[in-house]
Formats: sequence, structure tokens, C-alpha cells
Amino acid sequence: MVERRPLLDVLSHAVLILGVLVVAFPLYLTFVASTHTADAIVQAPMPLLPGTHLTENYSAAWYGTGGGNGSKAPVGQMMLVSLISALIITLGKIAISLLSAFAIVYFRFPFRMFFFWAIFITLMLPVEVRILPTYKVVSDLGMLNSYAGLTVPLIASATATFLFRQFFLTVPEELVEAARMDGAGPMRFFKDVLVPLSKTSIAALFVIQFIYGWNQYLWPLLVTTNENMYPVVIGIKRMISGGDAQTEWNVVMATALLAMIPPALVVMLMQKWFVKGLVDTEK
Amino acid sequence: MEKRVVFRSAWLPWVLIAPQVAVIGVFFFWPAGQALLQSVQQSDAFGTSVEWVGLENFRNLWNDATYLASFYTTALFSTLVAVLGIGLSLILAVFADRIVKGAMVYKTLLIWPYAVAPAVAGVLWLFMFAPSVGVVSFWLRALGVDWNHLLNGRHAMTLVIMAAVWKQISYNFLFFLAGLQSIPKSLIEAAAIDGARPWRRFWTIVFPLLSPTTFFLLVINIVYAFFDTFGIIDAVTQGGPGKETAILVYKVYYDGFKAMDLGGSAAQSVVLMVIVVVLTVVQFRFVEKKVNY
Repeated sequence: MVERRPLLDVLSHAVLILGVLVVAFPLYLTFVASTHTADAIVQAPMPLLPGTHLTENYSAAWYGTGGGNGSKAPVGQMMLVSLISALIITLGKIAISLLSAFAIVYFRFPFRMFFFWAIFITLMLPVEVRILPTYKVVSDLGMLNSYAGLTVPLIASATATFLFRQFFLTVPEELVEAARMDGAGPMRFFKDVLVPLSKTSIAALFVIQFIYGWNQYLWPLLVTTNENMYPVVIGIKRMISGGDAQTEWNVVMATALLAMIPPALVVMLMQKWFVKGLVDTEK
Repeated sequence: MEKRVVFRSAWLPWVLIAPQVAVIGVFFFWPAGQALLQSVQQSDAFGTSVEWVGLENFRNLWNDATYLASFYTTALFSTLVAVLGIGLSLILAVFADRIVKGAMVYKTLLIWPYAVAPAVAGVLWLFMFAPSVGVVSFWLRALGVDWNHLLNGRHAMTLVIMAAVWKQISYNFLFFLAGLQSIPKSLIEAAAIDGARPWRRFWTIVFPLLSPTTFFLLVINIVYAFFDTFGIIDAVTQGGPGKETAILVYKVYYDGFKAMDLGGSAAQSVVLMVIVVVLTVVQFRFVEKKVNY
């Protein structure tokens, strides 16, 4: 701060508090709705203070025992699907990107730059621009309604490969020389020197990619038709498909809150890595 | 930049790079090639007959009023999402940057929407504005606005824009805050000594120095509005009422999976690919970047 301006300080806090309130209002309303009965919510206007039906709504959501017209897949199962696929996507992306960046930086082989650019170009081919043909490939491979179908097509990562390549390029050459002099082969060097050095980048990528994996929507919408394989984000959408009045909003909102908790926790608890991950992957 | 010291092996690098290359080959390049191929073909819904039609699919798109309308919808949607999202988060970031005490608390409370899935964000906003049960729609009715996004296209567009902006504010906020914190304090102090008041300092020093960040965010937000808002649209309006909120990505999905128009959908995919290529080139060509590829 350059100079004292008490009035401006008050204004700053006021604007920020207003911002926080507006940003948090949908979340608050979600919480309130998840503590009332379905009937209480349909009475317009719905109550704005928390009610007393918290536990039954959450257990109805978790075990899939709610009423209503929409889908009633148990949220516990869907959260498990989300968690498993988010973890496979995250760890898979990190693993194959580490390996390919290692190959590109520490070896000389024919078509090295060709592969590098091929990986780069995938940045320009998001799922959305090749929906139908990718769906066809996955269905031809018999991967519909499986974890493989949910995750493998999303596992390639140009951004992670670049991030690791950039980082490897800054690793001092002396380390390679020292490792070679001590008789370490390439994989030994990778395992004992490079991977430990990359810990920070790995943590940052973990946060970003976990959220990416957890929040996938379009792709699971295409490749899953079986309720047992719905990720929770899809499950919520299916619950509201019954229409405005028939929807059991209390259960839907409990589900929405449950679905937000894991990625929100990752962002808030790993805030430092999250910010680093955002800045690194985009620059 | 290249390494001087490298390992020597005839087979190891191939093994290391194989998983990534296999995934991008099977799930990226092959389907993208198929999309290019199908865009110049016409086949029936069961794929039993395929006919070579050249650029006819593209000509049909060009003559299709709903497709042109979807272009207009997308342009309106992405412009408003980008401008509103950037503007609001800039205001928040500028004030957060001034504050010494409690800055971390505000930051934590503002960044969590980033973690919310677009489809879930859509459901949250849908719940607030649902014509029969929503709280906000009830308040609006009390104010004399007959809110119904199921019938009124403008209301539907407003709703998806609000949900999309809400989700993206945290991202923009973090980048603006980082940008503000990298502006040298000495510049601001010099201006203050010369008698420039905060308002003037913002427009003559801070805002111009932030312009690389702003431009970068503009590109990122347009990409976001084009591609990552599919979940919001699908959860809130399904492109309706009519086709009022059917952005290009939603139309590709709808025409391909619901209307089963393979050639038309493929041609739309190719158009989208061109848009992504242009945006990516703009991003790497003009945005100041620290890395050199």
C-alpha cells in the first residue's frame, strides 16, 4: 500500500465481502435446500434457513433411496466411479507425460521432434471437436461402460509433457554426468534423480488434473449408459431430467454438495500447488 | 535448447514414448482424420452406404439458418462471458491487492468455484432460477419480472452466462492477482509522489501494465466459453428454448448423437477445429510467454 486511505480500505472490504457473498450464495442455497423436505422446497419461496432433514436427505442420496422421477443411482457408487476415474486420469497423465518428456529431452532418436510436435498438436484437438469419431473408436474397442473407456482417451496430455520438458531442460547437466560416472543407467537416473526433483511440478499437475478428471461431463455422457458406471456429475444431471416440479431438489442438492466436496477440498488444501499448477500449465 | 549430455539406447526412448504416442494416435489423430474424411462424405444413419460429396456438407452448413444462428449465439455468449468475467474479477483483484489483512481469507473464499464441475454449476443456478421453485425467480416475480428461462430465450441466455461467469471468476481472479503483484511498487509510489490519485494511477499505470494478462485471459475465456461450457448448457437449457442457447459445441453433439447427421456433424467438427487452431495460434503468437518451444 502506497498511502493511507481509510475510506478506500472500507470500500475494498465492502466490495470483496459483496463478491464473496454473491459467489457463495448458490452454495449456501444448495446447503439449505439439502436440509429440507422436498415439499418445503416446492413451497415458493423456499425457506432460507437450514432445516432439520439433513441426515435423511444425505442418506437418501448416498444409498439412492429418494423418491422423484429422475434417476436414482446411489451417490456412493457414483462418487467411487468419479474418484477412480479422476485418479486414473491424473496419475496416468503424469506417468506417461514424465516418460515421454524424459525420452524427448534425454535421448536422441529418429523422429524425435516429429513426436514432440505430434504431442503439441493434440492441444488443438479437444474432445469436443472430434466427438463422434472418438466415440466410434471407443465403441469398436469394446470400451463403453468401462473404466478404460472413461479414462484412457483422456490420458494424453500435451500440457503436462511440456511442463516436464521445460523442467527437465533446467536440470543441470552435471547430474547426468555424475550419475553416469557412478554407473547409473537411464532408468536409474530417471527414478532416483529426475522424479524426486520434479516433485513440485507433479504436485501442481496433480491438483489441476484431478479437478479436470473429476469434472468431466461430455465424455462420460457419451461412453456410459449403465448406471453403475455413471460419474457423479452425470448422475446429478440425470436426477433433474424429470422436470421442474417432479425433481426431488433436496436430494439433488445433497448430491451436488457431495459432488463438490472432493475437488473443492483438493483446491483449498493444496492452494499453493493449485496456483502454481494453473500458472505453469497455461504459460 | 538441447541437452549436451544424453543417454544412448536404440530402443529405450521408443518404449518410453510409446504409451503417449499410442493414446494420441488412437484417440486423437485417427478420430480427427475420420472427422476430416466424413466431412466430405455423406452416409445414411446406419453407415451402410457412403458417398463422396466434396464440399457439399460445408455448403449445406453455410446455407443452414440454424447453423448461422448458432454462430451468432456462440459469439454473443462467449463475448459476454469473457467481458463480464474479466471485468468482475479485475475489480475484485484490484481491491484484494490493496488489502493487507485478511487477503488470504478472501482469496480462499473466492477460488473454490473453480473446483465445481460446469454441469454442477449449471444445476446450482438452475435451482435458483427455476420458474416454479427458484428463490431468485420468486424475488424477480415480486419485482415484476416474469422470469421463465424455459420460454424466454433472453432469460435462458442470461442464466447460462451468469453460471458460466460465476464458474470462471476464480480463475481470472487468480491471474489478475498474480499480475498485480508483479507490478513494481516503485512505479506506483513514484506516481503517488507526483500527486496521482488511486483512480488515475489505476488507468495510467496498473491497467496498461496488466494488458498482457488481460489479453491472455481474453483468449482463455473465449476458449472456455466455446468448449468448456457444454456441461452448463446441457444442464440448464439443453440448447433451448428453441435453439436460443445452442452454442456450436452443443450443436455438434446434438446433430451427431441425437439427429444422427454424420456428415453435417463432421463438417461442424472441422469448422470447430479451425477455430481452435486459430485461437491456439493467437495464444502462442501474441501472448507474452516465458517458455520457448
